[in-house]
Amino acid sequence: MEDLFRVGGREFQSRLLLGTGKFANYAVMKKAIEESGSDIVTVALRRVDPGSQADNILDFIPPQCTLMTNTSGARDADEAIRIARLAKAGGAGNWIKIEVVQDNKYLLPENLETLKAVEVLVKEGFVVLPYMSPDLSMARRMEDAGAAAVMPLGAPIGSNRGIKTRELVEIMVREIKVPVIVDAGIGSPSQACECMEIGCAAVLVNTAVAISENPVQMASAFRDAVMAGRRAYLSGIPEKGGLSGAASSPLTGFLSDEK
Amino acid sequence: MLIRVNGKEEQIDQPLSLKELVLRKGLQLDRIVIEHNGVILPRSSWGSVRLTEKDTLEIVSFVGGG
Repeated sequence: MEDLFRVGGREFQSRLLLGTGKFANYAVMKKAIEESGSDIVTVALRRVDPGSQADNILDFIPPQCTLMTNTSGARDADEAIRIARLAKAGGAGNWIKIEVVQDNKYLLPENLETLKAVEVLVKEGFVVLPYMSPDLSMARRMEDAGAAAVMPLGAPIGSNRGIKTRELVEIMVREIKVPVIVDAGIGSPSQACECMEIGCAAVLVNTAVAISENPVQMASAFRDAVMAGRRAYLSGIPEKGGLSGAASSPLTGFLSDEK
Repeated sequence: MLIRVNGKEEQIDQPLSLKELVLRKGLQLDRIVIEHNGVILPRSSWGSVRLTEKDTLEIVSFVGGG
């Protein structure tokens, strides 16, 4: 049976979502997106810089990808809602990653303002995926408010530290019905694989690909790691044992005499 | 007349439509979104919107982000 990723009323092949920030240029970004196999790609909105005649990033995103605009830069629900409406008016569709950050040191999300934005934007017909601190009761509220998925952080944005929130995310995976997507902090393919092994529906990666020495190759490494982790999860990973060993070969006497 | 664009005050010395202002700034119309006094305006209306004293504009475009 084909294992499709269902989110926001749609079906996708890939469980790796790719961010488009920090790439050296759009040509490399485009190749990385293609190599990643990602079906969902995030972008951001910023005030224009008059005089800068940069290329339009949207021209470098493969047309089959679903665009998801993040609300980075928003400090409260109202700003996030404004950004979402601007993104839609700009032709980026109605998929929105809510990102509300008030804390400039750790870039940790503000869950309550995030929830308020989810409530409003779902009613306006947006497909809303909130980036959040991994808190079960808040995730339940997001789900009840109509969030298409919940996106707990693994570690602070851009920190490459991996899934430091593992046990809290595992609880969310068990209890939340909408997809749980780990967003932020994933710095290497093994870390992405770990997220998938514990049952997360998908992983969103940006920095680890974009600032690597070879972003295109790293994108394919993440693609393979996410697929491997997913297959392992679906195969049923055996429980960990204690410190002593449990032989995987028969332990009957072979070369020695019985005593 | 004084208007505010992306948080900065700007002096405008002649009557302008929104579209004329944007073109003067060298911005490409198809890649920006404009909020005029808190209301997002469809691109088709930019030519007919006359700027007036104390108008506030947010002009944004898509960039890379995670």
